[in-house]
Amino acid sequence: MSGSSMWEAVSGIIRRDLLLAMRRRSDAAMSVFFLVIVVSLFPLGVGPEPAVLRIIGPGVLWVAALLACLLSLGRVFTADYLDGVLEQMVLIPQPLALLVGGKVLAHWVISGFPIVLLSPLLGLQFGLSGESLGVLVMSLLLGTPTLSMIGAIGAALVLGVRGSGLLVALLVLPLYVPVLIFGAGAVTSSMAGIGGEANLSLLGACLVLSLFLAPWATAAALRIALE
Amino acid sequence: MSIGINWLKYSSPQAFYPLAGRLIPWFACAAVALMGVGLYMGFFVAPTDFQQGEAYRIIFVHVPAAWMSMFLYVVMAVWAGIGMGLNARLSFMMAQAIAPTGAMFTFLALLTGAMWGKPTWGAWWVWDARLTSELILLFQYAGVMLLRTSIDDVRRADRASAVFALVGVVNVPIIYFSVQWWNTLHQGASVSMATGSKMASTMLTAMLLMTVAFWLYSIAVILARVRCVMIERESLPVWNDDEKPAVIQEVVEAR
Repeated sequence: MSGSSMWEAVSGIIRRDLLLAMRRRSDAAMSVFFLVIVVSLFPLGVGPEPAVLRIIGPGVLWVAALLACLLSLGRVFTADYLDGVLEQMVLIPQPLALLVGGKVLAHWVISGFPIVLLSPLLGLQFGLSGESLGVLVMSLLLGTPTLSMIGAIGAALVLGVRGSGLLVALLVLPLYVPVLIFGAGAVTSSMAGIGGEANLSLLGACLVLSLFLAPWATAAALRIALE
Repeated sequence: MSIGINWLKYSSPQAFYPLAGRLIPWFACAAVALMGVGLYMGFFVAPTDFQQGEAYRIIFVHVPAAWMSMFLYVVMAVWAGIGMGLNARLSFMMAQAIAPTGAMFTFLALLTGAMWGKPTWGAWWVWDARLTSELILLFQYAGVMLLRTSIDDVRRADRASAVFALVGVVNVPIIYFSVQWWNTLHQGASVSMATGSKMASTMLTAMLLMTVAFWLYSIAVILARVRCVMIERESLPVWNDDEKPAVIQEVVEAR
């Protein structure tokens, strides 16, 4: 099999998923609205003290981003599983892990990237300063693809299982812990004046590791779900 | 086979079922005996700690439980990996049988840790790196077991929870280090568990005895559970009349 046909297949899948998402834009908008609402709830619950909000800001933004990613996981494979496209994907000669990587990338563009774009605005609401906002964006830019990659494993494992929405949360959230720690830690340490580089590097390492390993685990999980 | 025993024979549930039944009493008795000696040494022979007083004695349960909780997760992942690689039923059954015992030890480690933390640290729970990663390990055990029970098809449940166990085993060290760095970055080591670096030799002996005892206990319980799993799955096979448990007898008679 030539390399070009492999990339054609992957880019075809990315194009198709993006096109489908563009046809149903409200789906993609939902996770972004969810993020905005969850983040807005915290000042209402904790109180409007700017000093307190600045301390909890990075953590709140990151936890909310993590939950938004989690909620969108159901859309990665379910539609294709129900209409049989996934079975065709398993059957075609191109490696399934690569196709899965394409699907996850498309999913991140639809539901993860808007979170990254929106985050500075939400950070301002929590009184984050200029440099911390930059670190926040960088941390989400490195972290949300990792969340999508890890989440895809969980989404594939629970395909067609009863109560899958709750189950995927229970499976995936423990795996999200390192990303949350490094992501929120990057913003916190930049606010403390230490600089977020160390945590950002670790986030990058997580991203590389998940890019390398997660598609294979997801492909294995998909084969199990479809056999 | 050069040694005259065909070990692969025991990879089939039919052959393993009676073997497990013969092994359980040995492991169980050895576990009880060692646990008795270990607890006696821990509670009566080992000297009182000059910093922590008598409260430290819970480590004779706590540390072995924490070790077993991590060790059993790795063993479970190894069985899951063997099951995935060789497509062996018994491996998946072993992985299934290990999960509850591992979760029990994780819970025991957290519980005894809290009981130790209250008099020593003054708090039931501290977001210490080890406590946090142990808690997340408990979540992962729960994930493995919940995933299995949510899937009705046994074959798919086996393989799906195997994939999750293997993903988890990659993740556990990452979680451990991330939590450790998170803790040090936040507040520095306000609490350190390295209080007793110079351990009296009787303390160490008692702790090692308890570890071996817990290990033997785990084997006994896991073998007993794997026999239950076999009975559940294999829809009442008649493997060996002497070994046929009462459950099977009852169900056969009911038929």
